[in-house]
This record gives sequence, C-alpha cells and structure tokens, in this order.
Amino acid sequence: MADKTKKPKKSATADVKSDVALPKLGFRGMLRWAWRQLTSMRTALFLLLLLAVAAVPGSLFPQRPTSAAAVTKYISDHPGTGPVLDWFKLFDVFSSPWFSAIYLLLFISLIGCVIPRAIAHYKAIKSKPPRTPRRLSRLPQYGTLEIPAEQGVTPAQAIKDAAAALKARGYRVDIRDVDGDRPSVGAERGFLKEVGNLIFHTALIGVLVSIAIGGLFGYTGQRILVEGDTFVNTLVGYDSFSPGTNFSSTQLSPYSITLDKFTVKFDRESKAHYGQPLDFNAQLTTKDSPTDPAKTQTLKVNDPVSIGGTNVYLVGNGYAPVVTVKDGTGKVAFQGPVVAVPSDGAYTSLLVIKVPDAKPSQLGFVGFFLPTALQDDKGVAYASDPDPFNPQLDLNSYYGDLGLDGGAPKNVYTLDTSKLTPLNNRDLKAGGIVLAPGGSYTLPDGKGSISFDGIKRYVGLDIHHDPGQASALIFGVAALLGLVGSLFLSRRRAWVRTGVHPDGRTMVEYGLLARGEDYRLAQESTNIRKLLAKTWALPGESVAKRGAKAQDKDQPATTATKDQ
Amino acid sequence: MPDTNQTLAEYSVLFVLLAGIVYVVAFVAFAWDLIQNSRTTATVQAASTAAAQQRVAVGAAGASDVVYAAGYDPEDRAERPSTAHIAAAGTADDEMKYSGVRRQAARVAVVLTGLAAALHVCAVVMRGLAAGRVPWGNMYEFCTTGGAVVAVVFLIVLTRRDLRFLGTFVIGLVLVMITAASVAFWTPAGHLVPALQSYWLIIHVSIAVMSASLFTLTFAMSVLQLLQSRRERILAAGTKDSLPFMRMMPSALSLENLAYRINAIGFVGWTLTLMFGSIWAEKAWGRFWGWDTKEVWTFVIWVVYAGYLHARATRGWTGTRAAWLSIVGYLCVVFNFTIVNIYFSGLHSYAGVGS
Repeated sequence: MADKTKKPKKSATADVKSDVALPKLGFRGMLRWAWRQLTSMRTALFLLLLLAVAAVPGSLFPQRPTSAAAVTKYISDHPGTGPVLDWFKLFDVFSSPWFSAIYLLLFISLIGCVIPRAIAHYKAIKSKPPRTPRRLSRLPQYGTLEIPAEQGVTPAQAIKDAAAALKARGYRVDIRDVDGDRPSVGAERGFLKEVGNLIFHTALIGVLVSIAIGGLFGYTGQRILVEGDTFVNTLVGYDSFSPGTNFSSTQLSPYSITLDKFTVKFDRESKAHYGQPLDFNAQLTTKDSPTDPAKTQTLKVNDPVSIGGTNVYLVGNGYAPVVTVKDGTGKVAFQGPVVAVPSDGAYTSLLVIKVPDAKPSQLGFVGFFLPTALQDDKGVAYASDPDPFNPQLDLNSYYGDLGLDGGAPKNVYTLDTSKLTPLNNRDLKAGGIVLAPGGSYTLPDGKGSISFDGIKRYVGLDIHHDPGQASALIFGVAALLGLVGSLFLSRRRAWVRTGVHPDGRTMVEYGLLARGEDYRLAQESTNIRKLLAKTWALPGESVAKRGAKAQDKDQPATTATKDQ
Repeated sequence: MPDTNQTLAEYSVLFVLLAGIVYVVAFVAFAWDLIQNSRTTATVQAASTAAAQQRVAVGAAGASDVVYAAGYDPEDRAERPSTAHIAAAGTADDEMKYSGVRRQAARVAVVLTGLAAALHVCAVVMRGLAAGRVPWGNMYEFCTTGGAVVAVVFLIVLTRRDLRFLGTFVIGLVLVMITAASVAFWTPAGHLVPALQSYWLIIHVSIAVMSASLFTLTFAMSVLQLLQSRRERILAAGTKDSLPFMRMMPSALSLENLAYRINAIGFVGWTLTLMFGSIWAEKAWGRFWGWDTKEVWTFVIWVVYAGYLHARATRGWTGTRAAWLSIVGYLCVVFNFTIVNIYFSGLHSYAGVGS
C-alpha cells in the first residue's frame, strides 16, 4: 500500500514540472488521487485479472507447501533455471510477495470501494424515491390508462390507489402534489440488490480473514500408525508437524488413537479395473484423554474422525513387514514392523531397515516388499497384485557405519550406503536375500541373521486443526447469497402521474426506469399496468401497452453502473 | 457394492455412437439452414441495407435523446447505440423470439437434435445404471454427461428463445465432446476409487458439469458477438458484407446481453462448484483450500468470470473486451478439464485416463 501511494506521487510531480496545465495537488491531494486510482473499478478489474494470471505459475511449477520433495528434485534437475525460478518465488507462488501484493491491493481496493458504496446505499435507502421526471414518456417503459369519468376517481384518489398498489408490489412510495393539478407518486424497489453486492464483497474479506486465522492458530501434522500402535496427541507423537504462526503446544489436547485393524478391499470383479482399491477401512480405539473411556471408531477416506478439536484423515496406507534381526553375537538387535512405502498400484513397496545396535558392526538392509511376488523372464521378482497372496521380501544387506552417530537427523526411508560394505546383492556370490513369511536367512561372514515374521498394515494419518474453517464456510455462504441477490434482483424506479381530462376522465400515465441491467423491465411494466387496471376495474384493458417506445423494447434498459 | 453390468455398459457405448451419428446429421441440417437462410435473406437484405444504415443514425440520435431521471447518466447508452439490427425475414430478432417464419432445415435440425439428445441421455443413464453410481466418475463420463447436459440445456433454451442460429456451434461442440470422450478418454465402466466415494461427487461434479455447459453456450455466443460486431463495423462503414451467414444472427449487443445473463447463472454455478469442492476437500484431504493444480485453475476460472461480470459494469470494457474475457474464461475451463487432468499432477489425478 505504501509503495502504491508513493509511486504515483513521484511520476505525478514530474508531470507537474513538464506540464503546466496540471493543477498542483499537494501531498494530500496526491494521496487522494492515488486512493481514487486504487479504488477505481478499472484498477480493481486490472488487479482481478492480474490475480488470475499470477495464480497460473502455481500450477505449472511444483509448490513447496504441497510437494517439497518435487521442488528439490526440480531444482536439482534444472541447475540453470531452478535457482532463478526459486528467487522469483515460483515454488512458493501463493505465499510470495508479489502474489500477496496483488491480493492485498485488490482487497484494499475492494474495501475502498465497499465502504463509500455502503454509505451511499444507506443514504439511498433513507432518502425518498427520486422526484418525478417532467416527461414520463421519455422513460424506457411508459404507458397510459384512462379512468372513465363515471367511476368518479379523482386524480388525488387515483394517485393514492396507485401508491397503495405499488407498495403492495414491494415498492417504497412517495406521493407528491397530492392536492395539485398533476399529482404523482415516485416509487423504488430492489435495494436488496446493492445490499447483496455489498454482502458479497464484504464476505470475501471475511473469507480471507478466516484463512489468515487458520494460518495463525491452526496446525497440521502427520503420523504413520502401524496396526496395534497408539498415537498420543503430543508434539513427540507426530512424524512431522507444521504449526501456525501463533501456535502453542498447550493447544494440543491429550487424546490417543490406537489402530486396531486396517482392511482394504480391491476390485476383483471388473476386468478393466482389476485390483483397483474399493474400500479403505481403519478400525480405531480412541480416548479423549488418558482418563476417559475408550471408544471404537471407524476411519475412512472422505470420512474423517473428529477428536479433541482436530480432524483425523486417512491419507495413506501400506504394508509393514515384521522383521527380527539378530547380530553377529546372536542377540536380537532389531525387532518389529518396518514401514514399507508403496510406489505403485500393486504395492511394490520400498523398505529400509537400519540396525545401529548390531554388534560387531552396524547392519543396514534395503529392498522391496512385494505383496504378491511373481518372477519375470529374467528372474526378477515384481509385484503383481496389491493383496498379500504371495508376500516376499527382497533385500540387499550392508554392514559398516550407518552414519547415525553424528546426531544429525536422517531420513528413515533412505539408506546412505557410501560408508557401508555390501554383504548381499545380486552381483555378489551370496546373492540377494529372498524371504517368505516365516523364513529366515543367515548373513554371510557371521554378521547375524534376519527373519520375516509376519505382515502388518499401516495407515498414514493427517491431523488438522483449523480454527478459521467454520467462519470461512459462513462467509462463503454469505458471499454466495449476496452474489445471487446482486445478480438476480433488479433495482427499479416507477412513477405514476394523474390529471383530469377536460371531459372528466382521469388520465393516468406511468413510466419505469431500471438501475443497472434489467431484462424484465418490460415485463414489470406490463405487470404494473395490469395491477393498476385491476385497481380501478378498468374494463377491456388489453395487455398491450400503448405508447410504449418501440426502440427500447428491443434491448434491456441499460444504464450500466459506470466506473465506481 | 453392486457388480458392474457389462451388457448395459456396452449398450451405453452403442447409444453414444447412435447419438453421435444423429448429431452429425443435425449439425449438417443446422449448417444447411444457415446457408439457405443467408441466401433467401440476401435479396431482402440488399433492399433494406440503405434503410438500415439510415436507422443506425436515427438509433444513435434517439438513444442520446432519452431524458433520464436525476442521477442517471446516459453516457453508457449513448456510447454504444444498438447498431440497428437489420431485421429481415427469417433472421433472429434482438429479443431472440421466434418470428413465425418457417425454416424447414432448422426445424429438421431441432427435431434431430432432440432425438440425438434423447439417445445421448439414454446412454448416460445406462452408463450410470451399469456402474451403479452417478455417471461422472472419470473424464469419459464427465465428457459424455457434459455433452448431454449441453444438448439438453440448448433444447430447453430453444423452447423459450430462437437460438437456432447457435445450432451448428453448439452441436459441433457436443460432437467434439463425445468424440474426445470416445477416442481420447475411453474408460470402461467400473467402481470408484475410495477418494471419489462421497455424496459430494454427486453435488460438486454435477454443478461443475452444468456450469461448464452454460459456459459452453456463452462461449459460442461471445465468438459470434465478436464476428458480428466486426461485421457491423464493416457494414456501418459501407463496405461489402464479408460474413454473409452472420445475417442470421442477432446483433452483437443482443448476443452480449444474452451471454451476460447466462454467464451470470454460470458464475453462480461455478461459485457453488468451488465452494462444494472446498467442503469436499476438507472432508477428504483435511483442508478446504490447498492450491492443488485443479484448485488453482478453478480459482483462475472463477476470477476470470468475476472479471467478466465486473467488466460489464466498467466503462471501456463492455462489448468486445468483455466478450474476450468470456472466451478466455471458457478456454480456461477447457484447459482445466483436459490439460490439467492429463498432464498436471495433483490430488485430482484420478481421471481414469491411461490406467
């Protein structure tokens, strides 16, 4: 905002020097000028279209908040352009200064537009309908009616009747010159159109504020939970955690979730979609706090579990083979399920086992878990089905320094083999390790043994707390209602004027004018005519309007709201 | 979960094919109607051109002559006088009401479109029954269902307004949609992956299809509006008519006005698509907005159409520029559906293509 107000000032002062015709505005004048520029419809439209353009790179390049790994890969794959794109924040488009600048300017422009319009509209609601034009016949919709003399309706009475009829139709009415020669009534309706417009724009600000609140006080975390394991909602319970700016750990409510069983159903009937997942179902036991009674709950995709002010989502799953590793001294150095990361629809899962406690040397394993293993013609095993019909572990093994003793955090899903010596792989005489459940293998050189004890499944949980969510929804609904009102309601003005013909008939003329685009003004004119004819029980009144202007019938009565 | 009925699914494919054939015939009939009518009106036209040009001048003067009540500014209207539409027998008038003139080819085309749409709707319903769920779970289904909705919406609008001049355009687009579906996006009927098993699929996607159908209609109108306004300029300058078939079409201003009305409805629909999408995203992924590629493009489309609606109320942006925004908005819709679904990775990548 500050930049925006200063920039035009500089250029404008230069203009003042070069062009004597420009009046001197002074600093405050300049600010006012800048403000007016910013809040003009043209600028708002420009910023709006700029926002659309600025969002596009967010879909062309991987974004850090959603796929940090893809960004790292992109930069290493494009060493020339990657860092430049990074400098321009093209991997963080939606939190970049330029994107923020556009939407903040847009919202300032919006506020600068909404406030004056709200004041103006408030005044319009408070004020009486506008004065009756001298010549109603000039209005886009115009018609006349005659009340026969024998009915004895005076012009004043006719105007009161017309006012009552218009009022019943939802118009606000104001009677003028009721005792004069030519009494008239001014009427207006459709104030809700502008109200809707204002609500829509204000609600958009509300949505933005709600998102900001979510960013400040919310948090998200991830946790992988193997069958039988329990997650406790504390900071150490998470595998990864992204707190909002104003997050404090006291916000975490001490609930616990145990994964009792996870079942997956795959499509076995359809040929085309054979093996495609049909259902993921996690049976949980939850406790709201350590002292609360345990509850059984079901967690599914599209059906989060709500607990302790957070929502828990099922976002991933896979197999966790249970493995026991004994070291060279015969002691159990590792025992338990190992999370294997699936890489395709057949659950070909990558698996890393690190055994830092093994003696005399640390052991490392890397390889695949295949739920249904088959061999191709070259003898290479591959996974052919996601269900565990023929589970198999295919591992290479290493010994040496796992590099864990330095204290630096290491990714548990990758093994740095640079300081390790291979023990087992396809190229060595010992070959690779192939295990079926229940099988075990003795490592070469007396390094120990590994056994494949069984299979468990695991789930990937996302845990979210977003305090801005409910208000975002409320503002969103308000915006929608406001939008519908502003687009489909019509603001109309109508005037009726009466007078006495020398032969005693009471002459009635009426005219209508729309504010903004109104396609149904002609229809409204017809309706008002019918209404008035009914009021005075005029016989043989045809629907066709006399005197309606042909040239305006062909197009909507447009007095498009101009630059504001 | 009920089994998929493969026989019914095969019938669905057959009906799409039949509908496609009838659409082609309807397309030809609509095109024939355009040619035939521009010929018959050509003679009437020659006589009325002089008068029409005179009317342009009168129209402009008449518009600025209107006395407005206090607070009303006639500038906008004076700036863009309706270039008097050259009304001749058989052409659509500015209100787009039926004129009462019989256009044999157009009548045949509408009947054929009705038949094709009926076959098409049958195909969609069969597909839904075959899979035991709503027929919009992948791109093939989205395209075929979307095409059926476009055709039905067009027929419904035809009962109220004479938009037969749009026939070639709309039926052409429907043909493109079902051809793309059958050739590029073909997916056998099957169950949904867990991520799509939600009632929000019914709500979110159906509204997206309907909004996209409305945008398809307005896209056609905006293209015609651009052609027509160019032609009107040429005619006003007294040069020879370069696009004689456009005689059939309403004036650029009428096209713009109708496109605006339909776009307004489409925009509300798109707002709902976006909102329901957010609610579903919250249910499925734990956040209502996360700038997934699909979300980015839904947002871009929303902003472009919001810009369009604002442009209509901004001086200097009405008419041609607004039409361009409407066209750009529709191109974004197409891009969002095709390129984003197929080539961009994101959470919405379960289009079922290639798998």
